[in-house]
Amino acid sequence: MGADSYGRGAFGPYLGAGTSSFTDFLAGAAPELLPQAAGAAGAAGAAATLPPADGAAAGSFARSLTHGTTIVAAACDGGVVMAGDRRATAGNMIAQRHLDKVFRSDDFSAVGISGVAGTGIELARLFQVELEHYEKLEGHALSLDGKANRLASMVRGNIGAAMQGLVVVPLFCGYDEDAGFGRIFSYDVAGGRYEEHRFYAIGSGSVFARGSLKKLYSDGMSADDTALVCMQALYDAADDDSATGGPDVSRRIYPVIAIITADGFERLTDEQAGGYAQTVIEGRLTDPDGPPAPLRQTGTQNGGRNALPSG
Amino acid sequence: MPFYVSPEQAMKDKADYARKAITRIRSGVVIDCDAGILFIAPNPSRALRKFSEIYDRMAFAAVGRYNEFENLRKAGVRYADLTGFAYARQDVTARGLANYYAQVLGTVFTDSPKPYEVEIVVAEVGKTQDDDEIYRITFDGSVADERNFVVMGGQADQVAAVLKDQYRDGMTLAEAFALAIAALAGPGKGEGEAGGGRSDITAAQLEVALLDRGRSHRMFRRLTGTRLEALVNEALPGNKEPGAIADAQAEPDESAESAESTD
Repeated sequence: MGADSYGRGAFGPYLGAGTSSFTDFLAGAAPELLPQAAGAAGAAGAAATLPPADGAAAGSFARSLTHGTTIVAAACDGGVVMAGDRRATAGNMIAQRHLDKVFRSDDFSAVGISGVAGTGIELARLFQVELEHYEKLEGHALSLDGKANRLASMVRGNIGAAMQGLVVVPLFCGYDEDAGFGRIFSYDVAGGRYEEHRFYAIGSGSVFARGSLKKLYSDGMSADDTALVCMQALYDAADDDSATGGPDVSRRIYPVIAIITADGFERLTDEQAGGYAQTVIEGRLTDPDGPPAPLRQTGTQNGGRNALPSG
Repeated sequence: MPFYVSPEQAMKDKADYARKAITRIRSGVVIDCDAGILFIAPNPSRALRKFSEIYDRMAFAAVGRYNEFENLRKAGVRYADLTGFAYARQDVTARGLANYYAQVLGTVFTDSPKPYEVEIVVAEVGKTQDDDEIYRITFDGSVADERNFVVMGGQADQVAAVLKDQYRDGMTLAEAFALAIAALAGPGKGEGEAGGGRSDITAAQLEVALLDRGRSHRMFRRLTGTRLEALVNEALPGNKEPGAIADAQAEPDESAESAESTD
């Protein structure tokens, strides 16, 4: 009968023991739908039509694509907060003022994307299906480590395209139900997966955002305070990085803020995010560089601030 | 094949074989109510599920041989996820999946020496009860578009008779649950153990799931543990002992009216 295990058969590619990974299934059933198809398909794919990365043409081609910019994430008491600005750039142009770069990947995790927006958003969409697919087939969700590793292998699959300038780097965070706290994972284009502690930022404004987080963040902050710290960090990134957008008061476009706790993923409404933005903007009217950190460390308050959590 | 068997005889044999297998097992009920589409079946196993999520608004229910319908379930999840990823989430429909299952089961029935011993239901919950879709697909690949309720497997006619008699539109979750339990308990109409040997249904042995109209995004949820006990207490008041569900053929009195809470 036609119920072959995989690939093509009378009933399409669906029947058979197969795999619980949607990405692997897609690679066999419809590889042209993979986000990395443009580059990683290599010989047969569009790679042949893309100029080599070191050519001047490749550089200007990659620059002409829409790029997502800054994403920050910070652990808070009982969870983790992720925030992203709304700007996308294409070279020196602003391509989008309201791009959403922070995605709910499942009930207890979020993924933020910086780099080439087209590939990145597709990667986030595939990752969402990947997690839900596994959960439906296996009857239980992946562990947070499992999710982080799946994302790493998906980023690794994009390396061919990354070599040609289509770089996508995600930031992943989630509430670890087994451990009971929030965790953050960063990635490089080679698929390297690195667990970050306390806070992290990626994208063009990440240097400024991380500097800001370093001065304003402290351990055990409430979700509310952490969301405000993330907003401060994005403001500082927008202040110094032309590709990062600050809160757009006249259009009422504010950074996306997501809070993930034991209760699940919650994306703040525009009003809520606008509230944090308003707080930051009002403070900056009198103090344009934002709240200063104390110059001299005062014992207990800063004790252990730079130490890694023992978990 | 060493001997000649006429196609008529071969088909008849296969159909008899599958039908016999399907009627030997215990029935499962899919019933439409105001809270959504409710799935109930006796199932002592905590691991081998008869009901599961396919996609946002869609669920799969099956009775029969586990390895066969599990294979179909996985194929359904892959079908739905691939369709939703290639097009958009709202483009995944129960009708499309029911057609796919009909193709598979029909081909297996004609081509393979042994038909699948399964009966499956694909259900999709809509905005209102009128928008709900329930498809039953049988071992030979025939599809039926059902309204209100479906009985899968076992002595389906007897169970369906009870449901047909007492089902009405706009039932609450608790009312639908009580009716389904009564129907599964047998046609004895609560007259004790004489009702066909099915009065041994207990809460611990029930698998219950709901396509919850009140939820957004992924609407399928299992009712287990305390949520199931709460539903049992609400649907069958005065029945503290879950072991006696089957006796609680209880007239669905008005105390079930407060069964609205879908959260």
